[in-house]
Amino acid sequence: MVDGFVIGELIHDRGMSIIRKASRPDIAIPMLIKVPSLLEGEDPAAIVSFEMELMILPRLVGVHVPKFVAAGEFPDHPYIVMEHIAGHSLLTLLDRLPLPYAEVAAIGVKVATALHDLHSQLVIHLDVKPSNVMIRDNGEAAMIDFGLAHHEQLPDLMHEQFRVPYGTAPYMAPEQVLGNRCDRRSDLFALGVLLYFFSTGIRPFGDPKGKRALHQRLWRDPVPPRKLRPDYPPWLQEIVLRCLEVDPARRHPTAAQLAFDLYHSDQVKLTARSERLERDPWSAVIRRRFNPEEAPSVLKRAVASQISAAPIVAVAIDLAEGSEALAEALRTTVKRMGEIVPGARFACLNVLKQHRIELDRTLDDEGQNKHLKRLIELKHWAQPLAMDENRLTFHVLEAVDPASAILEYARANPVDQIVLGARRDSALRNILGSVSGEVVAKAPCTVTVVRPPRVLDGAS
Amino acid sequence: MLIAVMADIHANREAFEACLSHARTHGAQRWIFLGDHVNYGADPEWVVETIMAYVSRGAVALLGNHDAAVAERRPAMDGPARTAMEWTRVQLGAAHRGFLAGLPLTFQQQDTLFVHADATAPRKWNYVTDPYDAARSLKATDCRISICGHVHKPATYNLSDTGHMTTFQPITGAPVPLLRQRRWLAVLGSVGQPRDGNPAASYAMLDKERNELTYFRVPYDIDTAAAKIREAGLPDVLAERLRWGQ
Repeated sequence: MVDGFVIGELIHDRGMSIIRKASRPDIAIPMLIKVPSLLEGEDPAAIVSFEMELMILPRLVGVHVPKFVAAGEFPDHPYIVMEHIAGHSLLTLLDRLPLPYAEVAAIGVKVATALHDLHSQLVIHLDVKPSNVMIRDNGEAAMIDFGLAHHEQLPDLMHEQFRVPYGTAPYMAPEQVLGNRCDRRSDLFALGVLLYFFSTGIRPFGDPKGKRALHQRLWRDPVPPRKLRPDYPPWLQEIVLRCLEVDPARRHPTAAQLAFDLYHSDQVKLTARSERLERDPWSAVIRRRFNPEEAPSVLKRAVASQISAAPIVAVAIDLAEGSEALAEALRTTVKRMGEIVPGARFACLNVLKQHRIELDRTLDDEGQNKHLKRLIELKHWAQPLAMDENRLTFHVLEAVDPASAILEYARANPVDQIVLGARRDSALRNILGSVSGEVVAKAPCTVTVVRPPRVLDGAS
Repeated sequence: MLIAVMADIHANREAFEACLSHARTHGAQRWIFLGDHVNYGADPEWVVETIMAYVSRGAVALLGNHDAAVAERRPAMDGPARTAMEWTRVQLGAAHRGFLAGLPLTFQQQDTLFVHADATAPRKWNYVTDPYDAARSLKATDCRISICGHVHKPATYNLSDTGHMTTFQPITGAPVPLLRQRRWLAVLGSVGQPRDGNPAASYAMLDKERNELTYFRVPYDIDTAAAKIREAGLPDVLAERLRWGQ
């Protein structure tokens, strides 16, 4: 018994820590107690990684991490008590590999969403692998074990103390191999390894032993998944190989954008990556190996600034007749935002209203498919933006209530900002209520309400 | 217990008032002033009287090199510091100078040592600017935590039990957990003359219960503080540097 906690069954005893079940009469949730391995001759990193977790875990909140309960410090009894997450670890899926593509994508969405939450809390996990991902009984992913993590506002004891990189060899990002612990896109690389492994049954870089073997991923690209499984979907190969880019700048800029792509697989912009059937020829590998110009950029940038530099903006566009001025005002706003924040991505939404009672006809009077028509109109709206098509996606949401549909979309996708127009016709607004008003009141993020410039008449 | 720790006030009334008010709002229960209360700024009398009043109510004030120079003409100073020192001496009465001359060099509370500069030889006023200085200073005391000023640039250092030093640039408002199996040295920024490129006044709050140290930056009326320095006929550079925090 430690500080009132009754110590129970052994869960895990290997590597850097020992984990047992714990309970205390006054705390209802199931708990785990973690203590560092302090045996003589043990890795000194065990203590340092314990200290890191001791600092980081109490600062994290939300469903994507185990809830912190209590901690004891050195020298008396170092321990951390945390929630014992009810669910299963991704490790339990290993004997079923390779998994169906849709299941891999669904897992990817969950993990990327959890990583986005962590990154938003200024933490980079740096040890993303199946055993560190728990899927809660409600289906959400939670990241566990912050012993190798980096917190932007806390001293990085791992970095200062150990100049050699720490991580798990099959999953470590190239920049992490080089000792950079400050790039959150390292987590996207590790997730890419996991997705590759889960969809093919093979680890893209094997399980290298030793520094030399570990460095190979800096210049040797993995076998394209399509070579391993001929039916591999191009969109999934596009996403997975993008995660595995050596240069972090060529990966998805944020975990949120990765989740977005995995979720909207039909909207993934396919590049040459998706087509590849062979690895790069040796000439290219040798050039990368010996040409310093080809070295990946491992520039240090703050986590928070990386996230804010690549936001997802949902733009709700009203395509009804008479809304041209508003549509133009929205376009002006989006154009400005796009210029100021070159990493921003815009999800253009239009709500196709469904009638509450009658079964909706999917064809309009002229026999056109309404959904498709709206999609074409949305693209037409965006055309004058002259924006790179990688930055735009289009979504027609079918719903009874437009405000709820927009809000639901913003919650389901990690949207950073919603842009929408204010309805001008006050009579209509009085009857229907204001969509923008409701979105402003309930949105989980920043909302910008756009109005067309008012035309002043002589009387006023 | 929340302890507000302020270093290098340098007779800057506007900055000092802003920090005192900020610390009160954030629940400070004790006050420790790490020295260099005067010189450079235009309000030495008000600052010394305010510190005397705080000390009479239980606060602790330590001696800094500028306080010693003003009170005792030791250590000797050059350039704008010397000009300002001579001016400051005239502004202060004998009682003020006597108060400064009588200040202690260090103060120890439980496992925490407070000192103006390097703890190795407090009267030598050595700067702690890198991990080597920090390791030397930590060696000079048994205290687990040392807090000093003098450098005018915030930094924290910690020493693991295997002898590794870690340097960390504290983030405004983000508590630094003072992990117990490490030894810590915190260098505070300056209240009255920041030199780290951020002109806002700097101080820190030590939370003894949570075992955390939080650095704060407090905006203050720089224009007034700078104008007073110019009105007093002090070297212009002393006014100008406040604006840039250099």
